[in-house]
Amino acid sequence: MAEERRFRSAAGLPIALRRRQHSASCRELALRGPRLQLRSLSAATSAVWLAAYGLFAVSENSMVLSAAIFITLIGLIIYLHFVKIDQESLLVIGSLGIQVTSSYASGKESTTFIEMGRVKDVVINEAIHMQKVIYYLCILLQDPEDPQGVSEVVPLFQSSKPRLDCLIEVYRSCQEILEQRKTAPQSN
Amino acid sequence: MVLKVFFPSCCSAADSGILIGRWISEQNSAVILAVVHFPFIPVQVKQYLGEIQRVTKVSVSVLGSWSNSKQEKEESLSEFLEDLGTIFCHEPWIQISKEGDSKFWSCSTLQKHSKNPQEEEIILVYYDQRKVMLSHLHPPLSSAAREAEDASKLWAIFDTVARSQVLFMTDRYDEGPIKLSHWQSDGVEASIIVELLKQASVPACVLLAALLALVSGICRSRVLNIWPLSFLWSKLSTCEQLGHRLQHLQVISSSKKAQSQNQLMRKANIFVSLLIDVALGILLMSWLYRKNRIGHLADTLIPVADHVAEELQDLLQWLMGAPAGLKMNRALDQVLGRFFLYHIHLWISYIHLLSPFIEMILWYVGLSACLGLTVALCILSDILALLTFHIYCFYVYGARLYCLKIYGLSSLWRLFRGKKWNVLRQRVDSCSYDLDQLFIGTLLFTILLFLLPTTALYYLVFTLLRLLVVIVQGLIHLLVDLIDSLPLYSLTLRLCRSYRLAAGVKFRVLEQQDGKPLRLLMQINPLSYGGVVQTYRLPTYSCYPRDSWASLCKKLFLGELIYPWKHKGDKQN
Repeated sequence: MAEERRFRSAAGLPIALRRRQHSASCRELALRGPRLQLRSLSAATSAVWLAAYGLFAVSENSMVLSAAIFITLIGLIIYLHFVKIDQESLLVIGSLGIQVTSSYASGKESTTFIEMGRVKDVVINEAIHMQKVIYYLCILLQDPEDPQGVSEVVPLFQSSKPRLDCLIEVYRSCQEILEQRKTAPQSN
Repeated sequence: MVLKVFFPSCCSAADSGILIGRWISEQNSAVILAVVHFPFIPVQVKQYLGEIQRVTKVSVSVLGSWSNSKQEKEESLSEFLEDLGTIFCHEPWIQISKEGDSKFWSCSTLQKHSKNPQEEEIILVYYDQRKVMLSHLHPPLSSAAREAEDASKLWAIFDTVARSQVLFMTDRYDEGPIKLSHWQSDGVEASIIVELLKQASVPACVLLAALLALVSGICRSRVLNIWPLSFLWSKLSTCEQLGHRLQHLQVISSSKKAQSQNQLMRKANIFVSLLIDVALGILLMSWLYRKNRIGHLADTLIPVADHVAEELQDLLQWLMGAPAGLKMNRALDQVLGRFFLYHIHLWISYIHLLSPFIEMILWYVGLSACLGLTVALCILSDILALLTFHIYCFYVYGARLYCLKIYGLSSLWRLFRGKKWNVLRQRVDSCSYDLDQLFIGTLLFTILLFLLPTTALYYLVFTLLRLLVVIVQGLIHLLVDLIDSLPLYSLTLRLCRSYRLAAGVKFRVLEQQDGKPLRLLMQINPLSYGGVVQTYRLPTYSCYPRDSWASLCKKLFLGELIYPWKHKGDKQN
């Protein structure tokens, strides 16, 4: 069961939220950001090459041109592999844990799995980011010594930064599954 | 509660039988380790499980039944399997059945003594048994956390599979009464090379340990440790590095087996680091001795030392004149300048005295590069220190003079204002001086004040030169530390067998079908390279920086001597 809805990010870019329910206690929420545009890529490449050609015209050294090509290639690879995040997804499996995945444009996926025993709650928080106040979803981790305390805050969807309406949808889906562990009989 | 069943992916094609594994009741999860095939005698199965439990300390028991039917579901078989539940009573009795080649299995539980007889959801998690057995979770749990009731779920699963290694030692060619199916049931994996190395390593370790005992005995003997020599050894960084490597060799050649994963990785890292070091050193040596490059190096050493001395003489002549347009006190200037010039003259004569032996000394010293690249770099740093010894001496003279001057000035300044330093109370007190004390004090104060620029300039110039030499030496030591502490074995393991170093797990949702249990695939999430370096870094013998920037600047201003690199064995002053 999959459905996709369009929202906007905090900066105004269009993002798409896809919800899939795999079973009664397992849900996957994937947020897809805008893809890399050919326009911006060619604009950046032409700018670098024009600058390199200008330098070549001034200094008459052909190493400048090969250096520019090298820099463009390496920069593109670094950008695709380490910077541009295509899709961020949240997989909530009741009684197992929460898995946060970021997929980069080059296909690399970086995953973190947090066991359900360590999760205290999933909440929407406010933060001051640059000159704006934005909302973000975060997972609160339990402090092993202090049952009321929070040891760590894990922010989610940091690269897509969705707005409040999208966050409320995600929050509701997560809470439905997290509530199940409260109604189920305690294990220890 | 949701029931979680961890099923090894290697048993997906196994024939029908019963499932054995560990039931973790706190987490309502069953870790299945193997499938026992028909025919079997229940008493023998129970005996076998009791033995396994005794050896591995893992509570292995029969958890349920597994039926893999090639055709339609056989009714009689399913009743037989249910009856087995009464023989091996286990709460709850898990029944997994697979029809034909279907991916979607049906899974159900039989609860006889259940309080709430509702249908509970079942999650089927597939895991790769071999990878989970061989991997180690980071960060490793301390033993206190291990005994705690709410220990991490994942840790419990990894621990169960890792400790049941002896269960996986029987394969299907064994003639026992029990026929098992697990990841090694097609044949136990072993490597001839590894076995041979293990056999050969025992006598090699004994030999190495004996040699090392001999060498360390010689090093600690009284002859080599009388005062002038021991001071020399402590100042030469080559001896420190050799001592460090000797310690490493002692760790490798110890005959005790490594107790924990950490110790094993440490030994392996030290071994690989030593190997690479010696290989690079031999490469360097072969490059140096080909085409007699070392002879050329020795030939250029004396002209370089001469050139440095000439530059220093030019610098001193410049300082004795009017450096940068500043007007110096001529008398003091001439005294200091001539003193340092004479020093340089002595140094040059000393170097020229040594020049016929330089080539031979360098040739033999270069041979020690076969002990490792780090030793060669340390020798380079020591040669640099020896060649620039005169700069170090000049720095010490200039610093002492400047320091004396500053202390004198501060004390006489207090006298000028009518105050005195009270040593008992550690503070400045007022004091009444006699007229002649005041007169002499003010005179001396004026003299010292007007001689200050000259001394300060000499101090500044020599401190800058000394700092330059210290920076170059520091860079060399940084490189040596990098080679010493990089855990190459762990990094190679992360590159080639990334499942051995696990930071956690990741789940992938497989195809689902309504009415069947949720299917997940559990894969190992490897540790990042930064995490590997941080966890398995080898400790080094030096730590820097010794002083913070603020205290360094204060020391420079007051003229105190600075020793930038601290070694771990030094006493704090």
